[in-house]
Amino acid sequence: MFDRRLVQYFDWGLLGLTSLIAAMGLVALYSAVTAGGPAAERVLFVKQLIWYGVGLAAMIVTFVFSYKSFERWGHMIYLGSVGLLVAVIFFGKYVGGAKRWIALGPASIQPSELAKVAVIIILARVYAKMATTSGFNLRDLVTPAILVLIPFGLIVQQPDLGTAMVVALIAASMTLFVKIQNRTLLTMAIGCGCALPLAWLFALKEYQKQRVLTFLDPERDPLGHGYHIIQSKIAIGSGMFTGKGFLKGTQNTLNFLPEQHTDFIFSVLAEEWGMLGALGLILVFLLILAWGLNIAYGCRDPFGTILCVGVVAMIFWQVFINIGMVMGLLPVVGVTLPFISYGGSSIITMMIGVGILMNVSMRRFLFEQ
Amino acid sequence: MDQYLDTTDADWFKPRLMGVMVVISAAFVVLIVRLLYLQVIEGAEYQRLSAINSIRLQSVDAPRGLIYDRNGRLLVDNRPAFDLSIIPKDAKPVGQTLTMLSRHTRIPLVELEGQLAKYRGRASYKPVPLKSDIGRDLLAAVEVHRFELPGIRVDVRPRRNYLVERSATHALGYLGEISEDELASDVCEDCRGGDYVGKTGLERALEGHMRGKRGGRQVEVNAAGQVVRVLKTVDALPGKNIFLTIDAELQAVAEAQLVGKAGAVVAVDPTNGEILCMASSPTFDQNIFITGVSREAWQQLSSDPYRPFENKAVQAEYPPASTYKIITAIAGLEEGVIDENTTYDCPGHLRFGNRTFRCWRRAGHGTVDVNKALAESCDVFFYHVGTELGIDRLAWYAKACGLGSPTGVGLYPEGRGLVPTAAWKKKRVGVSWQRGETLSVAIGQGYNLTTPIQLAMLTAAVANGGDRLQPSLVKSIKTAEGHLVTQAQRKLVGHLPVNPTNLDLVKHGLWTVVNHTKGTAYKARIEGLEMCGKTGTAQVIGRKPGVNISEEDLAQHLKPHAWFVGYAPAIDPKIAVAVIVENGEHGSSAAAPVVSAVIRHYLLGPVPEVEEGAGVVAAVDAAGATERSN
Repeated sequence: MFDRRLVQYFDWGLLGLTSLIAAMGLVALYSAVTAGGPAAERVLFVKQLIWYGVGLAAMIVTFVFSYKSFERWGHMIYLGSVGLLVAVIFFGKYVGGAKRWIALGPASIQPSELAKVAVIIILARVYAKMATTSGFNLRDLVTPAILVLIPFGLIVQQPDLGTAMVVALIAASMTLFVKIQNRTLLTMAIGCGCALPLAWLFALKEYQKQRVLTFLDPERDPLGHGYHIIQSKIAIGSGMFTGKGFLKGTQNTLNFLPEQHTDFIFSVLAEEWGMLGALGLILVFLLILAWGLNIAYGCRDPFGTILCVGVVAMIFWQVFINIGMVMGLLPVVGVTLPFISYGGSSIITMMIGVGILMNVSMRRFLFEQ
Repeated sequence: MDQYLDTTDADWFKPRLMGVMVVISAAFVVLIVRLLYLQVIEGAEYQRLSAINSIRLQSVDAPRGLIYDRNGRLLVDNRPAFDLSIIPKDAKPVGQTLTMLSRHTRIPLVELEGQLAKYRGRASYKPVPLKSDIGRDLLAAVEVHRFELPGIRVDVRPRRNYLVERSATHALGYLGEISEDELASDVCEDCRGGDYVGKTGLERALEGHMRGKRGGRQVEVNAAGQVVRVLKTVDALPGKNIFLTIDAELQAVAEAQLVGKAGAVVAVDPTNGEILCMASSPTFDQNIFITGVSREAWQQLSSDPYRPFENKAVQAEYPPASTYKIITAIAGLEEGVIDENTTYDCPGHLRFGNRTFRCWRRAGHGTVDVNKALAESCDVFFYHVGTELGIDRLAWYAKACGLGSPTGVGLYPEGRGLVPTAAWKKKRVGVSWQRGETLSVAIGQGYNLTTPIQLAMLTAAVANGGDRLQPSLVKSIKTAEGHLVTQAQRKLVGHLPVNPTNLDLVKHGLWTVVNHTKGTAYKARIEGLEMCGKTGTAQVIGRKPGVNISEEDLAQHLKPHAWFVGYAPAIDPKIAVAVIVENGEHGSSAAAPVVSAVIRHYLLGPVPEVEEGAGVVAAVDAAGATERSN
């Protein structure tokens, strides 16, 4: 039953890359919670270590059973995940005006994070069965759209717009990857092109428009997001080439950065380690993404390939949105930086994602049997 | 065949995977270019900005809405206050700066250092408050020596200012520093620690309207912490202005009547429910909560047995005493227990079971019909009516008249009073209702409790022909620019449970109270004006059968409370008033003159001062023991 080749083909390279990025993340987090912040925050570093331990276990569980079983159990995983999102409505706890967490003893989990993985698995399962070389037409897309909109809607109402957006982007990326008919794509583009201005003119109220404008242009909110982005840019820019040194970032230690251990952790890293550190981190991310695509490349069945692309999309969009945001390129949305930001659910989800990649990687040669 | 060609296999995805890699690489190039731009090209500029943390936020408090009386007279505004603070980061060396500051301002160094110590551990670029509201002399001293005092800041903030000292204190309420609980709750969205929010009265009830929206500035400062330039400004949005239904002059008249007494006055316009004045005595100066209050002054206020912080008009609950006979009369007439011609004999007491219930007039009232019973406040008549009705029918009428539930005037907390029923007693006291207790309730004693505003609204309903209205204190709310936000509407909450004929009988009784020589409030009548009303004298201690305490032996705090409710003119009434004077002894002598004064001022205008003072004294003197009602 246990094939020795599984050990032989174990993807040590991916494990190495994951360890490297986890180490970088822990160093940045140590700075963020140690320097300047209230003493109570320091415990977050230890908690993050524990989360990484849990994440490692989740990763192992994820690659022990063949990913083929995900295809078989995909609908159950999906239903379980939607069930958790519904449970948030009833048993969730309020933190800062949003209901996103379910308390589990001393810790709490964020079902919306796990929903990302569930959406990846269910879409891979559906698309692997129905993919054709000619691509999807509108009718083909009805079922996948419903499957995505259910968790999407549940996450929007929490509200957690950042995570909802990531779910939508993952789904869109996977769909485009599997291929949509050109004509259908054109129709959808025109449809959106018409709907948006109409919604702007007739459906949105004035305060909603203001919120959208501020979202697109943080400068409109000079006392809130606009200020945060300025401070973040100062932090990153002032790191210059070599950075100010470990624990020496002034923007960080003086608490000029908002959410410095979650959303704005890249700024802490870039301030203290300069371009060498920041560029290094970006390149390690790129390497991981390329590694994931390479695993997809080597995989012989559509389900495995699409699954890997989904995981790659998840990591890519979060990295791109988060780093783009803190550098003032993109709107301010609450999206964590994978492996780096503090947060148990985020770490576990990312480690499960790595587990999926490993799973596909170590079984690519077993397929013919 | 077609089907076969159309299916995808692993190889089909390969070029698409290459495409994905290209897209991802392109996106990362964008990130890397941006990073290089920030850190290499703009790096030196950002380095400069970060070296002194020069981009900072300054918040600008929004001025709170103003409060006017019904005639547009300003009651509450904001004055500029100067707050002294230090930004430790800019004030280096801090010790030397504080010494200089102490020398120039004569604020003891210990006090300044104490403030700084209180905020130890806080980010050093954040201002630490040193002394608030420093006054113009100190402001001048600081400004003159500006360059010797790096990191010292003076901020101008609006501070609440109650213009008419000790007037309408309880209705207006006061501000206080926001508490932890309030910060955690949703009192307001953008509140911060140190903000002032409404704690009582209208300041609390209208917090959402009067609080504006904080603004702010994004500024660049130099190494000494002085603003070099303002980068962005968000204007503060001032709060909305409130126009009360209260008439400040009438309020002053009512308060003058209560000086030296504990009690309350509520006057209301019976046509629309607008409160014309709401006074509660003793009172205090709300400004002490803004400027700071000494420990002794605070202790004195909070331990005062006459409870200056209580708004007696809406919070305090008293037995309604004989004013309740209005309800007993309505119930009796409506239920057919009595009619216009029903008479009882009053020998001065009523035997009931083995107890004797006395009438306030020992000699008795002789043959009494409902008009005379109201006019002379005959207890025995109403003992009979109460017995016939039974407690639960009586309670139903009391509740239908608005007793036992808050009037909804919008002040917090509002007392609900108490309308006892047999079931209530069983539940709360655990003992069955005794029929004799119904007799006490029928004359407004026993378990009965009402607030002054409840009786004012009941009186207004009688006056206007039976419409029960919701009282309102706010006539309109306008934005700072003068745009109308809300306008008070006459709000009908129900009708008195009485038909017009019976109500006219009751009203005639109330007319006789003031306008017949034998009426209990004849002495309080107003020349040239027909007032109607009802006296009440509420026992503070229960009357025990067989124990007779002479009036003189009663300690001041055991003397009965004096009530008077009244309205005028008798036809087409324009004002209804309820007055309670704690331990005032007799409704006729202590409370009725207060009502007269308020009504006279409202309907006839101010009276020359000397005459008014003399008039009150005369009324008090004239009201002997024989004039008192139960």
